[in-house]
Amino acid sequence: MKRPALWAVAGFSVLLAACGNDANLSQPGPANVGPEPVLPEQQRGLLPSMTIASPAQWGDQRPTVPRGYAITAIATDLLIPRQSLVLPNGDILVAEGKGGGAPKLTPKDVIAGYIKAKGNSSVKGGDRLTLLRDGNSDGIYENRSVFAENLNAPYGLALIGNQLYVANQDALVRFDYIEGQTRAIGPPVKVTDLPSQINHHWTKSLTASADGRFLYVGIGSNSNITERGMIAEVDRAMVWQVDAQTGAHKPYATGLRNPTALAIQPGTDQLWVVVNERDELGPDVPPDYLTSVREGGFYGWPYSYWGQNVDPRVRPQDPQKVAAAIAPDYALGSHVAALGVAFSTSAMGGEFADGVFVGEHGSWNREKPAGYRVVFVPFRDGRPSGAPIDFVSGFRGTDGKTRGRPVGVSVDPRGALIVADDLSNTLWRVTPAR
Amino acid sequence: MSATVDRPRQRPLHPVNAFFVSATVTLFLGALLSDLAYAVSYQVQWTNFASWLIAAGLLFGGVVLLFALVGLRHADRRGGRYLLYGLVLLATWALGFINSLIHAKDAWAVMPEGLILSAIVLLLACVAAWMGLSTLRMGELP
Repeated sequence: MKRPALWAVAGFSVLLAACGNDANLSQPGPANVGPEPVLPEQQRGLLPSMTIASPAQWGDQRPTVPRGYAITAIATDLLIPRQSLVLPNGDILVAEGKGGGAPKLTPKDVIAGYIKAKGNSSVKGGDRLTLLRDGNSDGIYENRSVFAENLNAPYGLALIGNQLYVANQDALVRFDYIEGQTRAIGPPVKVTDLPSQINHHWTKSLTASADGRFLYVGIGSNSNITERGMIAEVDRAMVWQVDAQTGAHKPYATGLRNPTALAIQPGTDQLWVVVNERDELGPDVPPDYLTSVREGGFYGWPYSYWGQNVDPRVRPQDPQKVAAAIAPDYALGSHVAALGVAFSTSAMGGEFADGVFVGEHGSWNREKPAGYRVVFVPFRDGRPSGAPIDFVSGFRGTDGKTRGRPVGVSVDPRGALIVADDLSNTLWRVTPAR
Repeated sequence: MSATVDRPRQRPLHPVNAFFVSATVTLFLGALLSDLAYAVSYQVQWTNFASWLIAAGLLFGGVVLLFALVGLRHADRRGGRYLLYGLVLLATWALGFINSLIHAKDAWAVMPEGLILSAIVLLLACVAAWMGLSTLRMGELP
C-alpha cells in the first residue's frame, strides 16, 4: 500500500508542477504590445498561473520616474483611492471606495477570492470624495477635506461646467459645483441608475464629451468569461452614452470586457478607452488594450478577442458576432490590468508631451507579474505610435515585494501627472523637475 | 484456534463508514448528472452544481479514505481484497481531485474533460462501494 500511495503523490506533484509554464518575461515583450500584437496559442494548465502581490510598506523608497522628473506623495492614508480629477482651479478630487461583493458561486470563487485578497489593501473603502488643495502652488497639497461621503463605491469622475458627475457602482449622480468649493452642498442628484446586479466588475468609469452634452460610462462584464451565465451579461461589457441633462442612455459601444477608464482626445470628440481582457487563456494572450471607440462598434467579448480569435469557453457560440468584432488599436500586454488613462499635455515636457498615460494595476494570472507601473504610450498624428515607455515604475521591488498598485491617472494642465495607488492608499504627483 | 486465525476475514464496514461510502456514490452521481445537464443546456448553473457536488464527494470520500487507512493496520488479517479496496478508494479520490480542478475552469472550458472524468470517478466510486459494502452480505462477525 505504501509504495503505490507514494507513487500517486509523486505523480500528482509532477502534474501540478507542470502547470506553470509561462514565458520568462516580467513585462510584455515587444511582440505582445502595439497595434499588431503576436497572439500565442491558448493554454491553461490544471491550475491557473498565479502570482499574487506580496504587499510591503514604501518606507523611504519611492516609485521610479524618468530622469528630469520628480515624484511626491501629495496625500497618504486615503481609503482606497481609485480615480482622480483635476478641477479648473487646480484642486484635485479623489474617488475612494471598494465595490463588488458578487456572490461566490463555486468552490473556486471561495478559494480564489481568499488568495487574491492577499494582494490588495485591507483598508475599508471610503465611499467618499476627498478634495486636495495646494493654496500657494508649492506642490504641497496642504488642505484636505472630504468633499462628499456616503457614496456607493464611487469611481469615475467628470466635470461639465458647474456640475460634477460621479459614477457610483450602482448609479450616475451629480453634485452642484462652484469653483473653490471644498465641500458639496447637500446630497447628490441621481442622473440615472447603472447596471449593478452582481457587479462582478463593479467599477463604473466616466468621462464627458467635449461639448458637455454627453457622458460616457464604462460598464464591466459580470464574469471573466460568461461563467455567471449569459443572462447576467445583459447591459454589461459596454460603454453607455448618457444625456447629461435627462439621463437618457444607450449603448455606445459593446463587447468591451472591462472598460476601466475613458478619456476624450483633446481637440477632438474622439472617445478612447482602456479595457481589461479575459483571464485564464495564457500568460501572453489576450492583450489588455487601448483603443479609440467607434460608435456602435462591437469589440468581441465574450465571443472573441482581438478581432476574430474565438474564445472556446463561450456557449452558445455566435459566429456572426465574431465576424463583426473590431480589433482594438493598441495592445498594452496581457494581464497588465490597465485601470487608468489620461491624455498628456505639452506642459509634461519632452518626449511625454504627446500621448497617453496608462495606469497598470498589475497581474495575478501570470507566473512572472506584468503591469504594476504607469506607462506612456506615445502618439503621432493622433494615433498611438511606438512602444510604451515606463513613466512611473518600481511599484514591485526587486525584492519581490509590492509597495503600490497604480489605478487612475489624471493630467494637471499645469504639468503634473496624478496617480492613485490603491495598495499604499497614496496619491502620487509626478512633475517635470524645474 | 490455530485453524481459524490464519484464515483472512471479511470484516463488515462500520455503519458510519458505510454511510460515507454510499454518500460518495450519490454525490459523484449528482456531479455526473449535472455535467450532462450543462452539456446539453449550456446553463452554467449546472456546472456550478457539479463543482459543489464533487467538492462534497471529495470531503465524504476523504472520510472513507481515512477509515480505510486506519483499517490497513489490520491489513494482514484482512487480505489482499482489502488492499485493493483501499487502492480503488485512493484512485477515486485522486481522480476526483483532478476533476475538481478541471471544474474550476470557467464556463465551457470544463468540457469535455470534466464530463469524462466525472463518469470515470463515479464508476470507481461504485466499484469501491461494491467492494466495501459487499462484506456486509457475508454475515461474518468481526
